[in-house]
Amino acid sequence: MKSLFIAFVVFTLGLLAFSTYQALFVAPTEQTMGEVQRIFYYHVPSAWTAGVCFFVNFLASVVYLWKRNLASDALAAASAEVGVTFCTIVLITGPIWARPVWGIWWTWDARLTTTLVLWLIYVSYLVLRRFSAGGQTQVLAAALAIFGFVDVPIVYMSIRWFRTQHPSPVMGGGENSGLDPAMLHAFFWNLLAFTCVGIVLMAVRYRLQMLEETVEATHAAAALQGGAQ
Amino acid sequence: MTTLGVTRTTLLKDLRMEWRSKDAINSMLFFALLVVVIFSFAFNPTAEESRRIAGGLIWVAFLFAAVVALNQTWARELRNQVLDAYRVSPAPPNALFLAKAIGNFFFVVVLEALMAPLFVVFYDLRSVGPVWQLIVVALLGTWALVVNGTFFAALSIRTRSREIMLPLILFPISIPALLAMVDATTSILTGEASPDFWIKMLAVYDVVFTAVCLLLFESVLNAE
Repeated sequence: MKSLFIAFVVFTLGLLAFSTYQALFVAPTEQTMGEVQRIFYYHVPSAWTAGVCFFVNFLASVVYLWKRNLASDALAAASAEVGVTFCTIVLITGPIWARPVWGIWWTWDARLTTTLVLWLIYVSYLVLRRFSAGGQTQVLAAALAIFGFVDVPIVYMSIRWFRTQHPSPVMGGGENSGLDPAMLHAFFWNLLAFTCVGIVLMAVRYRLQMLEETVEATHAAAALQGGAQ
Repeated sequence: MTTLGVTRTTLLKDLRMEWRSKDAINSMLFFALLVVVIFSFAFNPTAEESRRIAGGLIWVAFLFAAVVALNQTWARELRNQVLDAYRVSPAPPNALFLAKAIGNFFFVVVLEALMAPLFVVFYDLRSVGPVWQLIVVALLGTWALVVNGTFFAALSIRTRSREIMLPLILFPISIPALLAMVDATTSILTGEASPDFWIKMLAVYDVVFTAVCLLLFESVLNAE
């Protein structure tokens, strides 16, 4: 199992190097936006990976409430942390791109606002995990995860309505007006690489969480036997 | 005892305790009053402007004030291990949740009824749209805040630094509801747009999250 994991890490690193080369050197420079458009190859795959992480978090939380096994709770914790990390990358790379292209750092557009609210919800999830005591953490966190996941489509719907009613300050359109095949090629390599990075990070974090649980259980057992160290 | 019976008994007990102590309603009222006064210093609006921003001010004030009451929801049940006693009793958990949520709903609606005239006076408000729609928005919006707030109060009561935990988890989830309340109120006050979409959206939010709360409350109550 361990050697398989190491092989996967090596594969991921190779893939990441290749996809970075593709994004920075192989993909053609965009005509109007110029070099700054290349941030797209990191921005969108990060958003995708964050989405996958939050979905895993939701599934793991449902499974935890149903089966009450530590493994699914550890997976929920790991995926939420990795998801927040990638979501942070999205929220940082987005404005860096928007400033030269749109002329503004931020706009309360549906996708931007939904991403920000998503980030806020999962940060509050991590805060709850950190502040709750002992054996209750898992149930409380799982409940909040389900609330968060249910909330996301409602947020998206409401913000979209909010913005279609009001004039939008956005100058340019989105980036989806058909990609050049060479760009699409680089984009898919990066999508794959970032997904693999997400899986590696989640796996490491999951293992760490399980080890922490084992250490705690061992301490508790030792304390019960009167031989606490 | 049936679900309805437990709900009614618990609700009446809470209302009676609140009627005798007036803890929640007094602290909420004073807090909301402070927010109103501070906002009017901070923005100092004209009548035309205030109609435009009042939706936001009103709901932010009510949201903050509601948190004060929500934080006290479960605190009194911790004394004398009432919550533990409830847990081992055969009474349905959702009955307890509904009683608490309805109780909070009642407190916040009373607060809104008392504060609304103050807003009218301080901000010189006059509604262009029909006023009955404001009442619909207030009832749906209050339930949206209170149903999740009661649930999250039950979560945060089990954490360290519980008083600060409730707003941290309640506000992010409540963003769409708050947006709907504020925009519906502004559309009605200014009469510039139809609030129909936002009222429907609040109704959907209420139904969805009431269902999620009832589905998950038993797990949270019995969390060890």
